[in-house]
Amino acid sequence: MIRLERVTKIFGTITAVDRVDMDVPTGAVCVLLGPSGCGKTTTMKMINRLIPPTSGKIFIDGRDTAGIDEVTLRRSIGYVIQQIGLFPNKTVEENICTVPDLLGWDRRKSRARAADLLSLVNLDPAIFLKRYPKELSGGQQQRVGVVRALAADPPVLLMDEPFGAIDPINREVIQDEFMKIQAELKKTVVFVSHDIDEAVKMASHIAIFREGRLIQYDTPDTILATPADSFVADFVGGDRTLKRLRLIKVSQAMMKEPPRVVGEDTLETAVARMREHGHGSIVMVGPRGRARGMIRLDEAQDKKGVVSEHVVPLPGVIHVDDDLRNAVSMMFSHGATWLACVDDDGFYTGYVTQRGITQLLGASDRD
Amino acid sequence: METVQFIIANLPLIWQRTVEHVLLVGAAVSIAIATGVFIGILITQSKALADRVLYVAAVIMTIPSIALFGLLIPILSLIGQGIGYLPALIALILYSQLPIIRNTYTAIMNVDPALREAARGMGMTIVQRLWTVELPIALPVIVNGVRNAVVLNIAIAAIATYIGAGGLGTFISRGISQTDVRQLITGALAVSILAILADLALLGLQRRLTSPGLRD
Repeated sequence: MIRLERVTKIFGTITAVDRVDMDVPTGAVCVLLGPSGCGKTTTMKMINRLIPPTSGKIFIDGRDTAGIDEVTLRRSIGYVIQQIGLFPNKTVEENICTVPDLLGWDRRKSRARAADLLSLVNLDPAIFLKRYPKELSGGQQQRVGVVRALAADPPVLLMDEPFGAIDPINREVIQDEFMKIQAELKKTVVFVSHDIDEAVKMASHIAIFREGRLIQYDTPDTILATPADSFVADFVGGDRTLKRLRLIKVSQAMMKEPPRVVGEDTLETAVARMREHGHGSIVMVGPRGRARGMIRLDEAQDKKGVVSEHVVPLPGVIHVDDDLRNAVSMMFSHGATWLACVDDDGFYTGYVTQRGITQLLGASDRD
Repeated sequence: METVQFIIANLPLIWQRTVEHVLLVGAAVSIAIATGVFIGILITQSKALADRVLYVAAVIMTIPSIALFGLLIPILSLIGQGIGYLPALIALILYSQLPIIRNTYTAIMNVDPALREAARGMGMTIVQRLWTVELPIALPVIVNGVRNAVVLNIAIAAIATYIGAGGLGTFISRGISQTDVRQLITGALAVSILAILADLALLGLQRRLTSPGLRD
């Protein structure tokens, strides 16, 4: 855990960081967010003492960092910067092994680890270990930059707008990769960003800074649902409710144990089941429960026969682990008011409706 | 034709003078690398200091070599070394300072600040940063400065013969005083060839010392 206690930094006559108190729990991804000059980068750099605090204390796992030699402290904290900063005179392997080499690790151990870490970010060690940074694309370089910070397995990672200089398509990919690695390694991450979308995507906690003060420190959903003041509300944007869609999974919004029919059921059964639930349509599933299609009430009510003869395609199918942003996007693009939800095996497990999503967002916005 | 005959007849002497020349320049440049690179690194810490040091080094460069030798005579006479090897060595060291200091300083100042920040953030000490990041990246430019200094020194060392330092300049000075074109051409040719060979050798060294990651 990282704890900041009344941390202050004064440059000359300017108070860059003003009495910041903050706890970052172990395994959290804390995004420091704010306009430029708000003190977020200074705050982060005080954690590894690249900038010494003017006053206040910073603890990592209960130890006061002021009592640790700064070189030792920095070797125990991973550091990733926007400009990447790979050493051009060293190979990818040597770059990754920088901190293990400084710590005097066994070479074989550190080299093996470099190869493992490269595969973790989808770079083939056989191809990339012996390359030089200039032979890599920007996205590949930043993957190596992240891996280099992880090489000595530090419990804490500091990242200064790490994906800011990468093109939008690659940025999404690298963010996703990083989230996957983080889910596995559970580092305590302090991450500086000025991009609210990135923060909402990556953060377990968001700290919003303004003019050196910590204005609001909370989970992304709370910040989007209940901004502390008009500055935060403006900063997170007028579309903050839409941004929340990204934070909520389909499984949290869907109606579970939905009514269903199978191909052999008669239309009468289907109609009766729709009327019972007040639905305008019903999903037909296969023998093992996979969503196959649907029957519409208005088309089925005066006809005879079995379901499989009248089935029409579903308006859309979404995975339960997708976020609501994707769900809403799919609804809009298909002109649908509801979507069938399936699990990893394609089994029909529920449905989401536009009305249900609206109610969910409205309910927590008023909390 | 006469010159060729002269060269063939005097090969052992030419070789001896060449060795003298190389030893003088080699010693001067070796010492100049040590002092110049050190000073070049030192002045990266202060812009004001850098400006002053580079100014002084540039002023030294503007002193005509023959005048510098002349200036050193009374000073070094105090320790009985007014003429000969020592004043020549000192003059050559002084002339080498500007290219080496300037290139070292410029190369280190041009290292991307992001690399310095990354190195600091990962817990390198100043010496580790200098040794594993800044100097290897600056090396090609520093060696360029050394190449300048060597070529310059080979030329200036030819004049050092006037204060009794020997070397290939002896042929030139005798060629002038005895109006002997053969000696004059021999000396000039030898100095030129030596300068070209030394430059090529250092170019090869520069390529070998440059990390493949820094080559174009």
